[in-house]
Amino acid sequence: MKPVALLEAAVKKPIFGCHMCGQCVLHSTGLTCPMECPKTLRNGPCGGVRPDGRCEVKPEMRCVWVKAVERSRRLPWAEEIHDVRPPVDNRLEGTSSWVNLATGRDKQTPKGWHVAA
Amino acid sequence: MSRLEDALAAGRFVVTSELLSVDAGGLDAVHERFAPFEEYVDATNATDNTSAHAHASPLAVAIALGRLGMEPILQLTCRDRNRLALEAEIAGAALHGIENVLCLTGDDVTAGDEPEARRVFDLDSIQLLALGAAMARGTYLSGRTIDPAPRLFLGAVENPGAPPHDYRVDRALKKVRAGARFLQLQVSFRPEQLEAFFAEAREKRLTEHCALLPSICLTRSPAALRYIDEHVPGIEVPAELIERCERASDPEAECFEVAFELAQHARSLPGVAGLHLISFRREAGIARLCERLGIPPRAERETSGHNRPVAV
Repeated sequence: MKPVALLEAAVKKPIFGCHMCGQCVLHSTGLTCPMECPKTLRNGPCGGVRPDGRCEVKPEMRCVWVKAVERSRRLPWAEEIHDVRPPVDNRLEGTSSWVNLATGRDKQTPKGWHVAA
Repeated sequence: MSRLEDALAAGRFVVTSELLSVDAGGLDAVHERFAPFEEYVDATNATDNTSAHAHASPLAVAIALGRLGMEPILQLTCRDRNRLALEAEIAGAALHGIENVLCLTGDDVTAGDEPEARRVFDLDSIQLLALGAAMARGTYLSGRTIDPAPRLFLGAVENPGAPPHDYRVDRALKKVRAGARFLQLQVSFRPEQLEAFFAEAREKRLTEHCALLPSICLTRSPAALRYIDEHVPGIEVPAELIERCERASDPEAECFEVAFELAQHARSLPGVAGLHLISFRREAGIARLCERLGIPPRAERETSGHNRPVAV
């Protein structure tokens, strides 16, 4: 990892459980990292959430997306949870999302990707 | 246009069902699974490794269904395939004239009998819908052309019974924005959950953009209900419902009554476009339920225009 990525990991791992996907969407997911979801859903929650709000795969934890939806409502930009987030670019794993944000690299989507707002 | 799309576009009440998974036995095995309800349903789901157990591939089963005169709905989950494999399945389906594609996230591998498998989830169900929509416009995700563009009728599933309940309609709307034209709603044994979902769906105009088909699950014993409650991710069966079936003098008949009551309630909700019926046994339960509900066979619905209640 490059120094910036190391710094980003040092800051975000303890706070958000960051997985360094390199294309951070915390802003639109109630500051809850979707890569913590065992299915790594960027547009969750899936249909398997348990009645008490716990995860289908890891019952010991609350569903990441139950938390994301709840927390997003307390943010001034609450409506961003409804964005259709594009597929992860797996080439960016381990790179710094701060750098990718600055260069606009994290906003690049495949040519065939078009979703109406 | 697929028979399902045609029926929904014409405003006819539709019935879809689930094909029990197939492991062997050739086309006969496929046929005997839908023969008991053949005359009632508009289309049948070719399921994709249900509950994370391996079975004959959904595309192979969908092709078989088509050859046997049953319209298939191809289920695709994101659990076992990356985006390239998903694109290949959709293009392959289109090659065989299969248009109905149901895009799902999929139960996790830990729900199945090979929990040691690698889970994929390269896309999620909403991204898979958008991928299908891209292909229907004539390109792969990369932008590479598909000529002619495949004709697709995309659907998805939403679960009115799973938390966060007050986000499920919003998520369904996301699915519509991504390309879903119909939604089979996960089985819910709590009518009040379905009712709340539909009230919000009407308010947010989901019902105008997408056909909603609540699922009804037929069981023949309280033990089956208990099994669903304990083992099927995302479905909860209230204890009092299980106890009611256990206490009944004829538990099997009582289980049928429960399904009938849930179906009767579901179809009474304004905005319902049809029902998705699931039975875990190879028997005439689905046909019997349709009869009991007064839903005529498909051929009759097509000629008499058995219309669904119009959304208010």
